[in-house]
Amino acid sequence: MNPWSGGKGRRTTTDRLRLIAEPPEWARFVADQTSTASQWPADAAPYDLISPARKRLGWALMAAATLGLLATILVQILYKSEVDTIGFETWRPVVYAYVLWGVAIGIGQVLTRGEDGQRALFLLPALLFTIAMVIFPTLFGFYIALTDWNLSSFSGRRFNGLDNFWQMLGDPYYRNALFNMVLYVLAVLVEYVIAFGLALLLNAQIRARKFFRVVFLMPLMLSPVAVSWMVGKSLMEYRFGPAATLARYLGWENPAFFSDPITARISIMVLDAWTFIPFMMIMLLAGLQAMSREILEAARVDGANAWQTFWQVTFPLMLPVSVTAVILRIIFKLKLADIIITVTSGGPGGATDSVSSFIYREYRDRSNVGYGTMLAMAYLVIIVVFVTWLLKFANRFVRNVN
Amino acid sequence: MSVQTTEYTVSEIRSPASFITSRVFIYGALVFWAFICLFPIYWTLTTSFKSAVDVTQGHLIPFVDFQPDWKGWRSLGLSPDSIFQTSTVRDEFFKRFMNSVITSVGASSLAIVIGSLAAYGLTRYRYRFAWFKNEDISFFFLSQLILPPVVLALPFLVLYREVGLLDTRIGLILLYTLMVLPIVIWIMRDQFNSIPVELEEAALVDGLSIWGAFLRIVMPIALPGMVAAFILAMVLCWNEYFFAALLTSTDAKTIPVMVASQTGSQGINWWSMAALATAAIAPLAVIGIALERYLIMGMTAGAVK
Repeated sequence: MNPWSGGKGRRTTTDRLRLIAEPPEWARFVADQTSTASQWPADAAPYDLISPARKRLGWALMAAATLGLLATILVQILYKSEVDTIGFETWRPVVYAYVLWGVAIGIGQVLTRGEDGQRALFLLPALLFTIAMVIFPTLFGFYIALTDWNLSSFSGRRFNGLDNFWQMLGDPYYRNALFNMVLYVLAVLVEYVIAFGLALLLNAQIRARKFFRVVFLMPLMLSPVAVSWMVGKSLMEYRFGPAATLARYLGWENPAFFSDPITARISIMVLDAWTFIPFMMIMLLAGLQAMSREILEAARVDGANAWQTFWQVTFPLMLPVSVTAVILRIIFKLKLADIIITVTSGGPGGATDSVSSFIYREYRDRSNVGYGTMLAMAYLVIIVVFVTWLLKFANRFVRNVN
Repeated sequence: MSVQTTEYTVSEIRSPASFITSRVFIYGALVFWAFICLFPIYWTLTTSFKSAVDVTQGHLIPFVDFQPDWKGWRSLGLSPDSIFQTSTVRDEFFKRFMNSVITSVGASSLAIVIGSLAAYGLTRYRYRFAWFKNEDISFFFLSQLILPPVVLALPFLVLYREVGLLDTRIGLILLYTLMVLPIVIWIMRDQFNSIPVELEEAALVDGLSIWGAFLRIVMPIALPGMVAAFILAMVLCWNEYFFAALLTSTDAKTIPVMVASQTGSQGINWWSMAALATAAIAPLAVIGIALERYLIMGMTAGAVK
């Protein structure tokens, strides 16, 4: 039986890839819970107006495309493992075959399932794209993680089981990078306070609001690499940088921003904060502007002063937006790499390394693909667990406070 | 001031002294932060006109502290006197610049097309994909946001070499599309949710197909959201460094990679570095000023219910 055939009853394991807006009752339509959509397409073309010939054509097309894709892959595997002499130099034809397969599946969906197929067509491109670009490389990554593979050595790839994993557990630099990530993530709280302050400022009755908003937004637009060069390496330069001059003037005798571990970490945090504070600020500003004026007025009329109004009214009402902003910011923070790579390359002595920059150097300097991938995969697992926990925790937190 | 008094709160009007204090504080803070935001940009711009001495002595104000000169721009081949001469640096710069433009525009466009379609489907229809329902599919897309580049970088390095996409713009476009797709879907879902379903109902009754209704009725309304998503995606792609540094070497190098590789044998030529950095940030600075409204719209999508 063809796995792509629609219909209600048949749900076999081959249905895995079936993408279906379910037949009549509820599936005929629109999911927007609040709408009155259930009676919408009462007169839409009936489900079974598709001629059997057209259905057969669709199935044939999809079957042929699938066979073609599988055949291409098979030929290529045989060629690469030197069983066969017919094949392609690179794997690129497999990519083309996948794209063609995707197109054929799309056409097949419309042919066999009519309007339902047209609906599936909205989702298919993004889905096929993401699956090909994420699932496959990630699985492949898990395999690389279990190999001893150094690009600069001649021995090539060699499966070595969990060796990389044990090596990782004993790697003080990786542990240090993870610890740094904890510090960097905690710095988000400080950024949040500053961003909130700025949002309040922009929300006050001021002139030239648009000017200040554009100016405050500016750092976010600038390329982090250019910023790290011009700010991290030039503006904060020990001898001539204006920041160092200012620090000397303020009484710091030896303003080296990147030479001892703690100052270096703080400098990296400041640089990163400078770029990303506007992001949180804009979200918080939107939250402040969406708040109804009446509530604030009511608080004032009840005799609350500005301080009380903020803590009793504004802050609690802003909590959901705040949580969204902080979580998004943490997610971006977990990817922190380019500033560190360009400004300190992890130094001094790995003190400023984030996990990403550490793995980057593991590959760039030592070509250690196998081990680097194991570190990356371990990091992925850690942050998936962490973010899941964070989302749960944030949900509960918001619910408890309100 | 009489026009504005109604805007100010009762307590503020009551005591003019505290009102003035708060004004001074607010504007002081605003100006201070504006200085923090703008000074690095000013420093970058002025450094591109400085000679070595002016850089190492930390001179700040043109014409007062130092005599500006086209030094940095000449080294890029972009100063008035060198612009008509042949310059290998300029050729390289334009090549990198075009790479950046093509990859970021290409990736943003691709992401907008497939992301909008998916977001529209997810807000309007119910899907079932094996045991995955709409919410699960949405979550699948959005969860890509937490995937750090470093996880994909090494597998992609190997895979791209196998499929011959290493150091090509197509390869970068595909990766960048993947990177911005969750954000685009996030923004567009919010957009489509705010468009009443009744519009499409009417269109369907008038005999349009569901794709016709989408293309002719919904798309025009959702256009501002698409612009917002496009610009945000552009910014992210233009500034991306990690993938570009790992996956490109000669042909497809982008501007950030070129900026990062500017160390000469005698240390850094700050003037040319500054000129290059200015050229790298200028396009986005212009976009930021001109299209700030859309940027904010994109960033706040879904944040405020």
